[in-house]
Amino acid sequence: AVESSDSEEEDLVSYGSALQPLQEGERIKKPVPLQEQTVKDAKGRYQRFHGAFTGGFSAGYFNTVGTKEGWTPSAFVSSRQKRADRTIPGPEDFMDEEDLSEFGIAPKDITTTDDFTSKAKDRIKEKARQIAGIVAPIPGTTAFDDLIGPSKITVGVELLRKMGWKEGQGIGPRVKRKPCRQKPDPTVKIYGCALPPGLSEGSEDEEDEYQPENVTFAPKDVMPVDLTPKENVHGLGYKGLDPSKALFGVSGREHLNLFTGGSEETSNLLDLRHSKGRKLGITGQAFGVGALEEEDDDIYATDTLSKYDTVLKEEEPGDGLYGWTAPKQYKSKKRPEREFKHIGKILDGFSLASKSSAPIQIYPPPSLPRHYRPVHYFRPVIKAGNENCHLQKALEESTGKLESDPAQQSRHALNAAQRREQLGETELKGPAPSILEYLSEKDRERLKEMKQASEQKIKAKIVSQQPPNSRFQSASPEDAADKWRMLLGGQLANAGSSDFKPFAKNPEKQKRYENFVKSLNKGEKATLERFLDPNMTEWERGREQEEFFRAAMFYRSSNSTLSSRFIRARYEDDVDKVEVPRDQENDIDDKETAVKMKMFGKLTRDEFEWHPDKLLCKRFNIRDPYPDSSVVGLPKVKRDKYSVFNFLTMPEPTTSVTQATNEKIQESNSLNKPKKLSRWDVSDKEKKKKDSISEFISLARSKADVQQQPPVPATEECGTGKSETLPTLVANEDKNQEEESGRPPMDLFKAIFVSSSDEKSSSSEEESDEEQQPTTSERESETTKQVDVPDSSSSNVQECVTATTDSGISSLPTSKQELDATEEFGPKLPPAFSSGRFCKHLDTKEKRRKIRERHKTKKERKRKKEKKKKHKKQKNKGKHKNKKPEKDSSSDTTDSSDSLSDMDTTGLSPKELLRR
Amino acid sequence: DGNYCLTCGSDKTLKLWNPHKGTALRTYQGHGYEVLDAAGSFDNSQICSGGADKAVALWDVTTGQVVRKYRGHAGKVNCVQFNEEATVIVSGSIDSTVRCWDCRSRRPDPVQVLDEAKDGISSVKLSAHEILTGSVDGRVRRYDLRTGQLCSDYIGSPITSVCFTKDGQCVLVASLDSTLRLLDKDTGELLGEYTGHRSTTYRLDCVLNEQDTHVGCASEDGHVYFWDLVEGSLALSLPVERGVVQSLAFHPRLPCLLVATQGQVTLWREDTFQPE
Repeated sequence: AVESSDSEEEDLVSYGSALQPLQEGERIKKPVPLQEQTVKDAKGRYQRFHGAFTGGFSAGYFNTVGTKEGWTPSAFVSSRQKRADRTIPGPEDFMDEEDLSEFGIAPKDITTTDDFTSKAKDRIKEKARQIAGIVAPIPGTTAFDDLIGPSKITVGVELLRKMGWKEGQGIGPRVKRKPCRQKPDPTVKIYGCALPPGLSEGSEDEEDEYQPENVTFAPKDVMPVDLTPKENVHGLGYKGLDPSKALFGVSGREHLNLFTGGSEETSNLLDLRHSKGRKLGITGQAFGVGALEEEDDDIYATDTLSKYDTVLKEEEPGDGLYGWTAPKQYKSKKRPEREFKHIGKILDGFSLASKSSAPIQIYPPPSLPRHYRPVHYFRPVIKAGNENCHLQKALEESTGKLESDPAQQSRHALNAAQRREQLGETELKGPAPSILEYLSEKDRERLKEMKQASEQKIKAKIVSQQPPNSRFQSASPEDAADKWRMLLGGQLANAGSSDFKPFAKNPEKQKRYENFVKSLNKGEKATLERFLDPNMTEWERGREQEEFFRAAMFYRSSNSTLSSRFIRARYEDDVDKVEVPRDQENDIDDKETAVKMKMFGKLTRDEFEWHPDKLLCKRFNIRDPYPDSSVVGLPKVKRDKYSVFNFLTMPEPTTSVTQATNEKIQESNSLNKPKKLSRWDVSDKEKKKKDSISEFISLARSKADVQQQPPVPATEECGTGKSETLPTLVANEDKNQEEESGRPPMDLFKAIFVSSSDEKSSSSEEESDEEQQPTTSERESETTKQVDVPDSSSSNVQECVTATTDSGISSLPTSKQELDATEEFGPKLPPAFSSGRFCKHLDTKEKRRKIRERHKTKKERKRKKEKKKKHKKQKNKGKHKNKKPEKDSSSDTTDSSDSLSDMDTTGLSPKELLRR
Repeated sequence: DGNYCLTCGSDKTLKLWNPHKGTALRTYQGHGYEVLDAAGSFDNSQICSGGADKAVALWDVTTGQVVRKYRGHAGKVNCVQFNEEATVIVSGSIDSTVRCWDCRSRRPDPVQVLDEAKDGISSVKLSAHEILTGSVDGRVRRYDLRTGQLCSDYIGSPITSVCFTKDGQCVLVASLDSTLRLLDKDTGELLGEYTGHRSTTYRLDCVLNEQDTHVGCASEDGHVYFWDLVEGSLALSLPVERGVVQSLAFHPRLPCLLVATQGQVTLWREDTFQPE
């Protein structure tokens, strides 16, 4: 605010001294260049910036040791008289003068003045130092702090103190109690790690309790937050071995107690140690024995192996820190009420979770069946009339792989009662208990568990959807009953279908169904209607009849379903393999068989992602299909072909089979790949044919079926994961093998074509059902009759065989879903999880989606192919029948239905003809 | 393009002929061993050839000089093809690789090596965006550059020759089990099968006629067989020679067939043939 005037200069304040006015003619002095600036030390020596302790080279007297007089150890005294007051040589004794000077590392001449030092020692700092002294790797090193950085109180603190602040108080206006805490005293320097909050705050809080209300207090002092940066590479919360414990053992601990116990003492550590009578400087606390250390024996004596725990045992109640040499106060103070799951203490800033995390569920691997051998032997599972087995067998043999399917085997070996149990079906009246007796106690228990589980599932998932469910439920109980009958040699002669209760949930319906079946068996086709509930509407009645038909059909046709799934398995298996090691083509062998059968297409085709070179694309004038990828050629997949997991996944083929079959069960539409041939398909198709009729009766319902069906297999799964084998079944299987080996290879092809054509017919039905509806419906009743008669009456070997083979069917869906699940949820799981337990956790939604998608894309192709194949099959049929007419009635029925479908498809489009 | 005929042989030379007049137009020398296959570019300006000297040579038609020689194959080069624009030579060798050589740059190494085959490559054909290879390991591989896919169809027996149909929808495959197969290109399904000839030892060619109505194949019994493509019935068998008919080439537009037997190339055409 000075006006500009002439006297302005007088108002200005000038700093510094003015340069001397240059005299005329005088040249400005050049500043001395840096390299010519020399420094002389006190003694006139050049360039002596450093003493020896500061990294320099000037040692002693003109680079000699000692003094002007030479090296005379100043400390030498004749020890005879003066032994006691021998002085301890400190580090200073070995320092140069320069080091002790003002700018040396240990300035002695001029240290911090006492002006600002508070008389009382800073309590906080004191504590901190003590802690640091304990925590520090070498106890006592903090003693240096006293020498190097003398405790100093800054001006700010001094000022505060003048204003009435007392140490331990907070800063700020005086407040009533319970104010929020204030900032920490910024001036306080903390060395080492933070004070444990319990130490000081706890005591303060206690004091708070009885403060009068009308008194104001200075805000509480806040313990400074420990902001010690993490500079080391140790893990979070790592604390080095506490040498006092690790090295000194018991004696060390006593030693330590002295420190911590006397934390209230204001004497510094050095004093403390002196009081103990040991000579402590910077020496002697590290590993080994210092030169000045006298007590060597201590070191070796105290640290022996016996001091360590050699056995893992429960934590001792007193001190839970085994081998953990954390600072003492953690031990004493924070004892958590709850037991720690882990040994050791909790990290700073972390607290133990109040809720234990959800326990990791561990699913034990399935118990291996007793007959399990890790090496596969091909056990052809055939029914007498199943030509498909040949194909399957051939395929399996040709691949020659170790693909034993323990799960599958065991499933084959499951007996009826087991399966029934697992499915939660009602027990057979007569002989059921007897079979339970065959089982061991353990097995029975397990069965019970499974039963419960499956029942729950069923209830949960399928309350309202009885019809579709029952259809599928019926499958396994049905052949269970069937098989049971076989095994008993016809004891149950008439029990037949009555034991099979697909509609057990609905007793009325079940009753109706039984009547229905009975009448079917007697051949009274016309009387069927009367068994149906008269109260029902026409539509309902029709539908129910369909269901009954289907159930009956299923019951019958499931006999023949088993053997040929392996073809399909093969195929699926291939697909899997391709997907995993993407850079290799699959097994030639099955392809070879496919080629032999002239089934080109899916079976013989592998598709890979292939990345053309960018330049190649350029030269071809084609946009790079993978503009982002740097890969050229086939992308390599990292999976190790020979990893343990690959071997573990041996049961995959079965699973994939079941996958396929399952899909079919779930939806006739979802027969995706035309090449998947299986017996199962055949029968299923037949059944499907009938289904389709009803489905076209009510389109909406068929939709619902699609959605409802998946859950059912899931329920089956949990039941079928069990892997008990019954020795009785083995004999049957052997028979199978013999039969198979005797058969000519021609059958194999026939079987394929038969089944494939069936498949086609069924799938084509979905699209063009009008043609087939009338015929099939008529046939239905007839076929059922045919089948039922031999089933119920006979007890011959053949049927035993079929029964055994059938047993596998119900179990198959299990693994399929597992497979799905594994695919969806990450890496493939080892087959250990193929037990039913795993399936509970699957959700079938994704699967359904998949199926539907696939189905869409593949429908069209399928149709073409199927039609083609039908023709071939027809030719074969004639021979086939002649060969084994007695063997399978069921296959006959398949044929007949096939022929139907063939008729339907004779009207092929010209395009198809051309293709052929 | 139907006007010229290239022959290559164990005399380490290629010869360019006018098949209609039967005159030899030019001889190209430069290969170290017998020349196993040759192909001309779309504009007739260049010839590529591959031989037992493991090299692929690019020739200039008019000067008769080797423009470029690509070495890299580890075995005899069985087959060579230009792409549509003659910018890339694709060669298949018995070292089981297919190599794509760049004709534009001077790069000595192949643009890309297709080494998926497990055995020697016997035949290579190219379409606008596909590379079709037939291998002795019994697989037909189709590399689709446009979609970035490799389709591998397993045939079973060693494949001697592959070719696209003119419509590009199907693939004709000749294999050593004396069978020709017509496969759907997209699905790999078998559309037709043609048997009757004998092909068990030699690498014999198969062809489709100019309208895709018939398929033809050379045979070891000295005949050339033609089948109706749709019906699969044997339509014609041309008795050519006593020995093996080694190579076949059908005129791209005219019903005109070139047949190579031991040291002899014959041109077959209908009686009513009218040279352009």
